[in-house]
Amino acid sequence: MDLFEDKPGDNAPEFSVSEISGAVKKVIEGEFGRIRVRGEVGRVFQARSGHLYYDIKDDKNVLACTTWKGQIGTLSVRPEEGLEVVVTGRLTTFGAQSKYNMNVDEMAVAGEGALMAMLEKRKKKLEAEGLFATERKKPIPYLPEIIGVITSPQGAVIRDILHRLRDRFPRKVLVWPVAVQGDRCAPEVANAIRGFNALTPGGALPRPDLLIVARGGGSIEDLWGFNEEEVARAAADSDIPLISAVGHETDTTLIDFVSDQRAPTPTAAAELAVPVRLELLAWVEAQEARISRAGQQMIERRRDRLRDLSRVLPKPDALLFEPRQRLDRMDDALPQALIRLTERKSASLAQLTGAVRPAMLRTKVTAARERLETRAARLEPLIRQVHDRKSDQLQQLERLRTTLGYQATLQRGYAVVRSGDQIVTDASDAKKAAELEIEFRDGRVPVGSGKKSSTKAGRSDPSDQGSLF
Amino acid sequence: MSDTPVSEMSFEDAMRALEDVVNRLEAGDVPLEDSIKLYERGAELKAHCQKKLAEAEEKVAQITLDKDGQPTGTAPVHPQ
Repeated sequence: MDLFEDKPGDNAPEFSVSEISGAVKKVIEGEFGRIRVRGEVGRVFQARSGHLYYDIKDDKNVLACTTWKGQIGTLSVRPEEGLEVVVTGRLTTFGAQSKYNMNVDEMAVAGEGALMAMLEKRKKKLEAEGLFATERKKPIPYLPEIIGVITSPQGAVIRDILHRLRDRFPRKVLVWPVAVQGDRCAPEVANAIRGFNALTPGGALPRPDLLIVARGGGSIEDLWGFNEEEVARAAADSDIPLISAVGHETDTTLIDFVSDQRAPTPTAAAELAVPVRLELLAWVEAQEARISRAGQQMIERRRDRLRDLSRVLPKPDALLFEPRQRLDRMDDALPQALIRLTERKSASLAQLTGAVRPAMLRTKVTAARERLETRAARLEPLIRQVHDRKSDQLQQLERLRTTLGYQATLQRGYAVVRSGDQIVTDASDAKKAAELEIEFRDGRVPVGSGKKSSTKAGRSDPSDQGSLF
Repeated sequence: MSDTPVSEMSFEDAMRALEDVVNRLEAGDVPLEDSIKLYERGAELKAHCQKKLAEAEEKVAQITLDKDGQPTGTAPVHPQ
């Protein structure tokens, strides 16, 4: 110090880099010794060697920190970015880079507020992953055969659980001993949960069908192991249904959010785990009583019903009463019905015959007769006409005949000679004839007797006319 | 009614089945023949439940671990 004050300048001693670096290290380490520093964790880096490098900072400055691999186990919290912590350790320098830093061998969360803030952050993260979802929760078996309890093998917690189990329903219990606070807590609890799940049912170590993770009450730091992500993940991954019972009713740790059921206390966990045997025995007895009562009632009900039914069953006579009455009524009604039917039929017959009355026929006949007479009256003049015309024609023809006939010739002095019926026109024939007859104007004279046909003069025979020609 | 033989039922299943039998018998609308069968099943279920309740044995053991935290066996527990 004197050197600087007395004569700054040329006579100042000259250090090598290592000398000054060593001097600074000595000053820093000697001056500060073991100290505590409060700040927020900044960047965290774990080297492959296992050593931890991180910053502790406030709003203006940064302090580089290191925790060697061997020291990490002693930290009660792992540095996590953003976490408000108080670190404890020694200040030192790193001459190779002209830097100073703090070697931290203990880290504590700075106050409850900071702890809770970190817990909130973890909760949000796991919740976002869906680990708290209700549908992930497995039902707690109603009556587990084997219960695995993860807790400290000493102390009130395991005693309380075993007591309550014995009171309710004695079961097989496997205790997996773990540290329930401190830095060994989280890895041991996580290992126990995984270990129980790894057991095979029916193996040398039987696999429990229910797990209870329990710890008594304590400070937030005491319970902190159950807030570790490692524990929460192991509980979430457990295939065996898990009841968490950490701390008192008011304490809620991260494992409570992922467990299948949260119990407020270890004793309550035992109550959730098994039903009360005596109550169940009573229940079974009650069921038996209900069954026999139901059976009795069933028979009674059927007997009553049978009695009621047989009571309302009608007598055979009563059954016949009505049909018999109906038959009688029918019997009465039958002749009446027959008469009515006949009446109805004759009525319609009368209606029909009414249409064929003689008067009507007479009218028809009269009308027909009148028609006939009218027509007959018209016919008479016609017939007369036809008759007159025919007789005129006849007279004309007669006149024509007499004019043209041979008799007129007879008037004029001609005669007709006959032999029998034959007209004789040749003299030779007349000579041969046995007898002849001559017709004159006024009659016939036989040649010989010649008087026979005289009365028949004027009578003409049309069939004789042909012989004239 | 499930097909699981009563002897293989868990206590809870047997309990539920027993309750079902009782409810059906109490409802009284089961045909007589069926109700006799139900009655018999109820008796069987009851016996099974009682057997399960009788199997209430306390047995507590603590798991022993090796240095890697792996289970090696069990030891009796005597919590004070």
